[in-house]
Amino acid sequence: MGSQTGRVASDLVSNALSPSPSRSWARAFGDLRAGYQQRELWAHLGWQDIKQRYRRSVLGPIWITISMAVTAIALGILYAGLFGNELEVQLPNILVGFIVWAFISGCVLEGADVFIANEGLIKQLPAPLSVHVYRLVWRQTLLFAHNLIVYAIMLVVFPQDLHWTDLTAIPAFLLLAVNGAWVALLLGIITTRYRDLTPITQSVVQLMFFLTPIVWIYDDILRNPDPAIAERARLAEFNPFLHFVEIIRTPMLGQDQHLRYWVVVLVITVVGWTLALVALRLFRSRVSYWV
Amino acid sequence: MSVSTAIRPVSISTKDACVEFPIFDAKSRSLKKTVMGLVGGNIGGEGKVPIIEALRDISVDLGHGARVGLVGHNGAGKSTLLRLMSGIYEPTRGTAEINGRVAPVFDLGVGMDPEISGLENIMVRGLFLGMTRKQMEERVDDIADFTELGDFLRMPLRTYSTGMRVRLALGVVTSIDPEILILDEGIGAVDAAFLEKSKLRLKELVERSGLLVFASHSDEFLRELCDTAIWMEHGQIKAHGEIEEVLRAYKGTPA
Repeated sequence: MGSQTGRVASDLVSNALSPSPSRSWARAFGDLRAGYQQRELWAHLGWQDIKQRYRRSVLGPIWITISMAVTAIALGILYAGLFGNELEVQLPNILVGFIVWAFISGCVLEGADVFIANEGLIKQLPAPLSVHVYRLVWRQTLLFAHNLIVYAIMLVVFPQDLHWTDLTAIPAFLLLAVNGAWVALLLGIITTRYRDLTPITQSVVQLMFFLTPIVWIYDDILRNPDPAIAERARLAEFNPFLHFVEIIRTPMLGQDQHLRYWVVVLVITVVGWTLALVALRLFRSRVSYWV
Repeated sequence: MSVSTAIRPVSISTKDACVEFPIFDAKSRSLKKTVMGLVGGNIGGEGKVPIIEALRDISVDLGHGARVGLVGHNGAGKSTLLRLMSGIYEPTRGTAEINGRVAPVFDLGVGMDPEISGLENIMVRGLFLGMTRKQMEERVDDIADFTELGDFLRMPLRTYSTGMRVRLALGVVTSIDPEILILDEGIGAVDAAFLEKSKLRLKELVERSGLLVFASHSDEFLRELCDTAIWMEHGQIKAHGEIEEVLRAYKGTPA
């Protein structure tokens, strides 16, 4: 018999060991860094995800653009009638609202599923967890880019009063993407452990769609002649999604930009990333056990 | 084919490493139960999650140049040990230190997409194995020659027969330059004529890699690729030593 490693099977011995050093800030940040370095992989996969969805269809990813245009035009006409607004006001609002909401809800909904959906890869390959998160945010960014075509066409049909200051839409989108990453990371880790969170997330996102000014216009309700309604509309400020939508929609439509949107979004970014990093530090090494 | 020698020394070293799986049944995985549990208190340990101890007290030291075979009956913990050595599972207790880029091959087809062409799949599979796009572009011709698939490489993977898929997957896997190569059994499931050809490539691959751990039920394959062996039983290392000795001891025990 070779070098026998038949050690004494004693629970006392193994229990006396300190927990493995997997739980450290270095490993958590290392995961994010190593994941970013594999950008060739997730960039490729993100593209492939989009092509995959429209494989064998003639128009391919253009369908993303078409379906967004059809939905926005139909709802724009409907709600312009319902609210008694001009179509050239209502339609751009709904369209940009939809494009932004598609990105936000995509990050949240797919984020809740990000590790569960990648179970096969997580169990077969020692990749950093963040690879799956980057892939998701990249895929949503590409979808967003496809939808911008509709926005460009809209600018031709309904010209907006755009200024140089409206370039803040670009940093605003970057903030959206940065937030999408922490949401996916945090929600993904928790959902992998507690599967009930998936249907909860779906319900909440659906509810928030109605509570966020996407089809309705926040300023209109604030200016409602009935002071009771105008007062109640202020409650919408407590909805974090409002700030995420308005931070990018106001510059895209050349409307007045408010500093408070930036402040709220930046605070949420910092708090959210802190929570996500804590979760990553504590449970990064557990995800492969849970999926 | 470029033969690269790993520059930095590679190693796998674990000390008293354990891998324990919590088994969340539908009840304990729910948030409701955890929340209620906080309020209602623990009723006779009902809230405890049962744990399966897949690996216990694994201590190994594998250095550069190690060629380790892994034997053991089904369910002995071979695949879990390979995942521990790949860094997929970090030990729940004890430590595991892995130095080097790991290329694990558990499933030949992981990451392959039936809807995209063979050529595109070569790229994706290579990226999954830790190669860069450029490195894979250099290797595409070599892989195409090896697979003998010709124009079929431009067809979607779903049109391939099982054998053709295995050829493609083997072609990619054996083209890489891994620092640490982790192979699970089942790699020999190819037709006889092709097997001879892939054996040679597999041997070259093993020679290129800095460290090999190979789980298999085939003594012949093990002898060909490995010089030492680990015998796993019930999640523990039963023996670790020179390959012939371990194989003899392993075969001596009734299944």
